[in-house]
Amino acid sequence: MEIFLLVLTIFMIVGSIVAIEAKNLLSSVISVGIVGFSLGIVFLMLGAPDIAITQVVVEILILVILIRATITTDNTAIEKHKDTFPVVVSLIFFGLFLIFAYFAVQELPQFGDPLPREAAAHYLDNGPEETGAMNIVTAVLLDYRAYDTMGEATVLFASIVGAFVILRRRGRKHRKDEDTEKVGILEDEDIKKNFEGF
Amino acid sequence: MDKMEKYIRDGKSGMTPIVKTVVRFVMGIIFIFGAYVVLYGHLTPGGGFAGGVILACGFIILTLAFGKGLALSKFSDKWASIIDNSAALIFLTIGFIGFSGGYFFMNILGKGKEFALFSAGTIPLCNIAIGLKVTASVFAVFLTLSIFGRFVSKLVDDYEDDTEKE
Repeated sequence: MEIFLLVLTIFMIVGSIVAIEAKNLLSSVISVGIVGFSLGIVFLMLGAPDIAITQVVVEILILVILIRATITTDNTAIEKHKDTFPVVVSLIFFGLFLIFAYFAVQELPQFGDPLPREAAAHYLDNGPEETGAMNIVTAVLLDYRAYDTMGEATVLFASIVGAFVILRRRGRKHRKDEDTEKVGILEDEDIKKNFEGF
Repeated sequence: MDKMEKYIRDGKSGMTPIVKTVVRFVMGIIFIFGAYVVLYGHLTPGGGFAGGVILACGFIILTLAFGKGLALSKFSDKWASIIDNSAALIFLTIGFIGFSGGYFFMNILGKGKEFALFSAGTIPLCNIAIGLKVTASVFAVFLTLSIFGRFVSKLVDDYEDDTEKE
């Protein structure tokens, strides 16, 4: 099984490299989908069906939204050469990360052999009796760690409010001409001129 | 000729009649599966978040196939924000009801029989609240990104025409 996992991991790495290097925006979005679906298979093979379902479903959603967004937006490629300084700096930091990761990974437990933790053992032993839920993941999410789930819901709520406020086309107040020029919001004529082909 | 058939024959909005007919049959199955994943979240893999995203994908497929007219008449952006806010409040209320037993988010209802649908106390209620919230919020994000987005000028103009007629 580990060989299959390795093959999937290499496949994911190749997919992400293609996603970065592809000239066409649509093909890079589809390469991102390769990474996501391979991750779903990996979760399924490691015995985590809950996360696998969520991963596949969210991946479909993100792909649809990204394709919908990339088709309707301007997707001209940037032809400029990359600066050398940022590349060198990121290579140095990547090398530092690899050096520290070499020592850190040696301290990790073996694959498929997690550390014995008292909280996890308590959940597995007493979860069904204490909560009544047969799915232990839901028992942890909504009973033992419900406070965390509430924080997660709050994060989702705040992000939705932010998306509504920022991405909304028409504001509540009436817009004046000088505001438009200052902020740089496109008028209808500009939109028609720039995005006529879509 | 019912309302859906009229939308299928309508060539102006949405995709081709083949896509519309297939979506019309598949849509019900998607909604049933999403509701199943939400309601049986405490027994089988899944839960409020995954089921809510499946339900939202059902509405998104409706929007993509039939155009925004039908989708906004079934589930408008106003209702999406109302359901989003009220489901968050329901989830918080379930947490505060736990104070009557002792602490925040205490499972005060009865545990019930094993593997029964009505078991595990407040966990299914939390799942339903999260499922409603995720459905509404994910669909609202899709609406803001596609229909109300700044770059989709043609769609927005059509929508403004529709709202002016109403």
